[in-house]
Amino acid sequence: MIQFDRVSKRYPNGKDALSKVSFTLPAGQLTFLTGHSGAGKSTLLKLIMMIERPSQGQVLVDNQNLNGFGNRHIPLLRRKIGMVHQNHQLLFDRSVFDNVALPLIIAGYSRADIGKRVRAALDKVGLLEKENLSPIMLSGGEQQRVGIARAVVNKPPLLLADEPTGNLDPALSEEIMDLFQDFARVGVAVLIATHDLSLIARYNHRLLTLREGRLIHDGDEGEEFHGGQ
Amino acid sequence: MAANKGNRSATPIKPQRQKAEKVRRVAGAQSASTSLADRFRSWRAHHRDSFRDALQRLNASRASSAMTILVIAIALSLPAGLAVLLDNARAITSSWDGNAHLSVFLDMDISEDRQRTLAREWKSIAHIEDTKVITRQQALEEFQALSGFGDVLQALPDNPLPPLIVVFPDSTDPVTLGDLENRLAEQDGVDLVQLDVEWVRRLHALIELGERLISALTLALAAAVVLVVVNTIRLGIESRRDEIVVVKIVGGTDGFVRRPFLYTGFCYGFAGGLVAVVLVQTALWWLGGPIGELLALYNSEDSLTAMAASSLIIMPLFSGILGLLGAWLAVGRHLGEIEPNF
Repeated sequence: MIQFDRVSKRYPNGKDALSKVSFTLPAGQLTFLTGHSGAGKSTLLKLIMMIERPSQGQVLVDNQNLNGFGNRHIPLLRRKIGMVHQNHQLLFDRSVFDNVALPLIIAGYSRADIGKRVRAALDKVGLLEKENLSPIMLSGGEQQRVGIARAVVNKPPLLLADEPTGNLDPALSEEIMDLFQDFARVGVAVLIATHDLSLIARYNHRLLTLREGRLIHDGDEGEEFHGGQ
Repeated sequence: MAANKGNRSATPIKPQRQKAEKVRRVAGAQSASTSLADRFRSWRAHHRDSFRDALQRLNASRASSAMTILVIAIALSLPAGLAVLLDNARAITSSWDGNAHLSVFLDMDISEDRQRTLAREWKSIAHIEDTKVITRQQALEEFQALSGFGDVLQALPDNPLPPLIVVFPDSTDPVTLGDLENRLAEQDGVDLVQLDVEWVRRLHALIELGERLISALTLALAAAVVLVVVNTIRLGIESRRDEIVVVKIVGGTDGFVRRPFLYTGFCYGFAGGLVAVVLVQTALWWLGGPIGELLALYNSEDSLTAMAASSLIIMPLFSGILGLLGAWLAVGRHLGEIEPNF
């Protein structure tokens, strides 16, 4: 689903955020991406979202080389990607329903269809009865689940999460992780950027570790913890 | 589309959707897709929603919206009002132009018969509508009656006034009149041709100057309207930064992001234009009385005419387009600056 081929990113200020990073994420797999702050996690996600472009190398999403994409292709690429943020990025001037409906409105679904799909997504994250509330009235965990519902409402083949459990206690984190694993099980490629090592340790998923822009580990979490210590 | 009527789908959905559903099943893709018809309907719906959203936002911030609209209205009503006044001036002076004539003084020794013959002949000259004979005797009587110097003239041994033919041209164009003046001066028996239209020419020159001034004023104030809208929309973009970021993250096109702001700009302009029409009409109504009296003093039948009915539509539309332009500029300038980040 995602393929990085010797991707480097150097910012205009001369900082090398990524150096020759290569990996492949297949559909239906949940993968953790970890590393210290500044190790290049955000840059990697930005390259997938085409918020940044690589200085060298190629990024392929859904078998399409992003280097060949112009700016006008960016919206269509992003519709294939569900993005979950640490700070939820919800809009507080509208209801939960309208927040989740936004990707469908943008993609051009009919009204009846939007209603069905939004309710299906909210049902999935257990917030069906809160569709008319403003997100500001929800707890942190609930807000995160609204964010997830919005990310998956148009059934994207790829789900990215940036510190999705950053502000949540372990019990809520587990709920969120269960959701992500469910999506991976139905064929979605899920990439979770986090530096929450205890979260990573609790699950046996593939782990990519970045350090100073280099991919220093790619394998299951056991290797990382035994090899790294 | 009709071929898919027999779809086994449990929920009753529209034929267009059925087609999309079928395509998706065949392709086996994970992602949801939409049919063209759906996209068009949704695109239209978004236009409608953007328009409604623009109106709601104007309504939500009534005080500041009213301020912006008033600024636009005042900026537009100034040139519009002046243009209406100028139109009136032009209409009134065109009726005055009818009084423009040439006084052709003949040599003293021309007989009355010869004078009448000349007057008749000249009627066939191009651009002469009519001629009027004023004999030396008539001139003397008129002069005595009007000037108050009757006694003085009585004392003179001879009638000092020359025979006169008044020529009424069919045009008030200065060039035509000049040509006519020269042509008549060359006629036999003509002593002097006097064109009594200098003041008409001056008036025309003044009106032309007024037109130029109004054009310049219109340009300057139209630019002001655009800038007002640019600034207002810029603030609107700034206050909706979060929304724009989210829309961009979930795949909103630039057009999708731009649309509500364009509608807002148009609404500002259109509303400003409507208020400007009201302002101008009110001002005309208010000036109507004094101007009517003024015209009556000049023996004119004219009265102040209001804006043409077409202007009532054209003004708001023109202003709406200015608003649209302002919004376009603001969006082009500031929307690119807002990009998702995390």
